[in-house]
Amino acid sequence: MTIPDKYALEALHINKRFGALIALNDVSLHLEKSTFHALLGENGAGKSTLVKCIMGYYAPDSGELMIEGKQHDISNPRHAHQLGLGMVYQHFTLIPNMTVMENLVLSRPHLPIKIDWRAERKSLQERIAQLPFQFQLDIPVSRMAAGEKQKLEITKQLLLNSKILILDEPTSVLTPVEADEVLGKLHALTQEGALSVLIITHKFREVMTFADEVTVLRKGNCVGTATVKNVDTQQLAKMMVGTEFVKKTLHRQPSLAQEARLEIHNLKVNDDTQAQAVNNLSLTVHSGEIVGIAGVSGNGQRELVEALSGQRCTSGGEIRAHKQPYQGRREDMRKSHFYCLPEEPLRNACVPAMSIAENMVFRNFDHLPFTRYRWLLDRRAMLHHARELISQYKIRTPGPHVPIATLSGGNVQRAVLARELENEVDILVVANPCFGLDFSAVAEIHDKIMQVRNRGGAVLLVSEDLDEILELSDRLMVMSGGKLVYETIPAQADLATIGRYMAGQ
Amino acid sequence: MMGRLFEPIVIPFAALLVALLLFGIFITAAGADALGVFESMYRGAFGTWFSWQNTLVRAAPLMLTALCTALPARIGLIIIGGEGAVVVGGMTAALTGIVLTHASPIIVLTAMAFMGMTTGGLWIAAISALRHYRGVNETISSLLLNYIAIAIMNFLVFGPLRDPETLNKPSTYHIGEANMLTEMGSTSIHWGFGLGVIACVALWVLMRHTPFGFAVDITGGNMRAAKLSGLPVARLMIITSLLAGAAAGLAGMIEVAAVHGRANSSLNANYGYEGILVAFIARHNPLAIIPVAILFGGIRASSGLLQRDHDLPDASSLVLQGIIFIVILASETLYGRFSWLRAKEKTV
Ligand SMILES: Nc1ncnc2c1ncn2[C@@H]1O[C@H](COP(=O)(O)OP(=O)(O)OP(=O)(O)O)[C@@H](O)[C@H]1O
Ligand SMILES: [Mg+2]
Repeated sequence: MTIPDKYALEALHINKRFGALIALNDVSLHLEKSTFHALLGENGAGKSTLVKCIMGYYAPDSGELMIEGKQHDISNPRHAHQLGLGMVYQHFTLIPNMTVMENLVLSRPHLPIKIDWRAERKSLQERIAQLPFQFQLDIPVSRMAAGEKQKLEITKQLLLNSKILILDEPTSVLTPVEADEVLGKLHALTQEGALSVLIITHKFREVMTFADEVTVLRKGNCVGTATVKNVDTQQLAKMMVGTEFVKKTLHRQPSLAQEARLEIHNLKVNDDTQAQAVNNLSLTVHSGEIVGIAGVSGNGQRELVEALSGQRCTSGGEIRAHKQPYQGRREDMRKSHFYCLPEEPLRNACVPAMSIAENMVFRNFDHLPFTRYRWLLDRRAMLHHARELISQYKIRTPGPHVPIATLSGGNVQRAVLARELENEVDILVVANPCFGLDFSAVAEIHDKIMQVRNRGGAVLLVSEDLDEILELSDRLMVMSGGKLVYETIPAQADLATIGRYMAGQ
Repeated sequence: MMGRLFEPIVIPFAALLVALLLFGIFITAAGADALGVFESMYRGAFGTWFSWQNTLVRAAPLMLTALCTALPARIGLIIIGGEGAVVVGGMTAALTGIVLTHASPIIVLTAMAFMGMTTGGLWIAAISALRHYRGVNETISSLLLNYIAIAIMNFLVFGPLRDPETLNKPSTYHIGEANMLTEMGSTSIHWGFGLGVIACVALWVLMRHTPFGFAVDITGGNMRAAKLSGLPVARLMIITSLLAGAAAGLAGMIEVAAVHGRANSSLNANYGYEGILVAFIARHNPLAIIPVAILFGGIRASSGLLQRDHDLPDASSLVLQGIIFIVILASETLYGRFSWLRAKEKTV
């Protein structure tokens, strides 16, 4: 038996199946009090499923949960909150058009019928002053940057007196600097003994810097727990994938013909508030090259990608594909083999409630082989097609008929990539393709993008991850204030210069 | 696949039972005998062949007006303008009938149906065009357009088109007895019912089994994904609304051609509003609309009996409809909550 007080949280022998898929197979996890515990695993390994079982979102098929040495059946998240468990989700759960204060007050479980805002403000100010993150209480959440929002999510949980904080990939939308700040403060809290933290992440750097212990899952099985001091990243990687991971160096073929594929002339695009986000931008991407656009998020990259993918109207300028004007209509896309992998694919490129099979034919459902007698859909062909792509892209799922929203974050990314790269690709626009992917999936996706380039495709890569851009692109540009302000070749790139341009000087 | 069908059947069914229970309490509070009322309702709606016929005749326009809400809902537009489209469609159909009254009946009926469907379709299509190009909220504009449609009809019926012989219920001239839509076979159910069923089945095939319907579902499911796939979002919305309005317009035409022979205030007999209920209960599935419309046709058919036998006010059946609607809407939150309802799910 364990000593009752050593562990804040124990999950013992948890099993969970979804149909034919065993998501968790006899998984046990011990979270020691006042420690910072990382949960690692490939995409689809079952990390989110495990923490959702702990929080009472899913009922495990078997297994037990102990909190502070006492056994509990947690039936729903509210129950988990009462027991001192708090969770920060991968997607923000804040209400965007409410202020910081409103969000914090409304998250409390027992609100009085009439809220005394003045008293609330006072008590909030006092309590937040003792917590690591500080906020202006009156700005609407929609105006906050991703890092600020994540801090607010954490503060929200801390204000609810959570003793155990679970975070599902809290850093995948943050820059390294922001991530360090957030994790550093959390780490300090655990050292003070105020909190125990269980965190899911794909970044070894964060594990090595902040975590005390790490548990690794692989394909639903618990591989083991280790003290971070005693392991290195090589060992962790091996625990995750099961074999020694050798990173393939990307094979970059010398490109031959340099024919302009995607041309952008003086493009102007407005953001949601009708302010100009993309400002007279001109750019040419040739066949057989990857052009990388780096920049701090919020400098018009999103609007640029949305304009190229057809999700946003332009307010001036011209886009040409294969030297023809490009309007973003379905025929245009098909004729010019123009495909796009947007960021947050579940929100931008999928219908979450539709099945994987249906989501995989968005590009070609109106053509053979998915039509019968010209006017009817062939759903059986869709299922068949999906099964092929699922095995080809190693997507982990019970089957092609489940809603795509049930896929793990990384698997959604793969499913959309499978759909977009299935046909011949001449022009590919990619935005932050590796948010939330594990290291082997990152390598795989980089490889796929490089293959498109080597086959003669023109690739525009927009990413907040400078390392990714330096690794993949043939030409690198920096976007700032809606304009391209700097161009260089990765081999000659000087990080300090790039940093200066990114900062908008 | 079984499991996925299971939930959408069990939950609305349970909700209906709860609604009946609440209605029972209401009846008891109103001083009548609840069991007796339920018994009469059953008798009035489905007890005899005669009451079945009554029910089906009333179900016909309901099916068509339900389509008017269900189709746009699939593409993400909440349109409650069925009433207006019924009135406009019925009005123009009557006009067509009056103008062509001496042509052969088949031509008159075809022209009436065509005109009713076209004007009803344009009526609703205009709403979604306003929504798409000018950002006008489609729910509000469709509701307001109902009043405008009724006002236009009243103007014509009280003014230029009034048949002076219609005294207590001002109406247009009659389209001519020879031009009326006939009954099916030896029943007293007119062909409107057949048309309603055909429309539901045809639109179900369109929505469920064609690329067009698939594109509509993508657009309704996530507009951003639809645009990424290059789907012509505006065109899809307008065509869907055109079809929806055409269905409601056809309902108006049927009411004129099969029941009244003229356009008058009987056209705005709430079929449009009741269709909204039917569509929501059927979860916007054109095929499910058929049985739900028959159920509501039954409630309508039996309301007279309630008044006669139990001294309940005429509005009681409206109360029942209101209760059903609220309970069904509340039950929407139950989907996905009962794991045992899904336990049946098989894997392929
Ligand atoms: N509700 C569900 N229905 C069916 N399958 C599910 C459901 N939820 C999760 N799964 C499956 O369980 C597996 C584990 O998913 P989970 O979300 O836990 O992965 P993860 O480790 O969090 O991966 P990622 O790093 O990509 O977020 C996946 O293969 C997923 O498809
Ligand atoms: Mg996850």
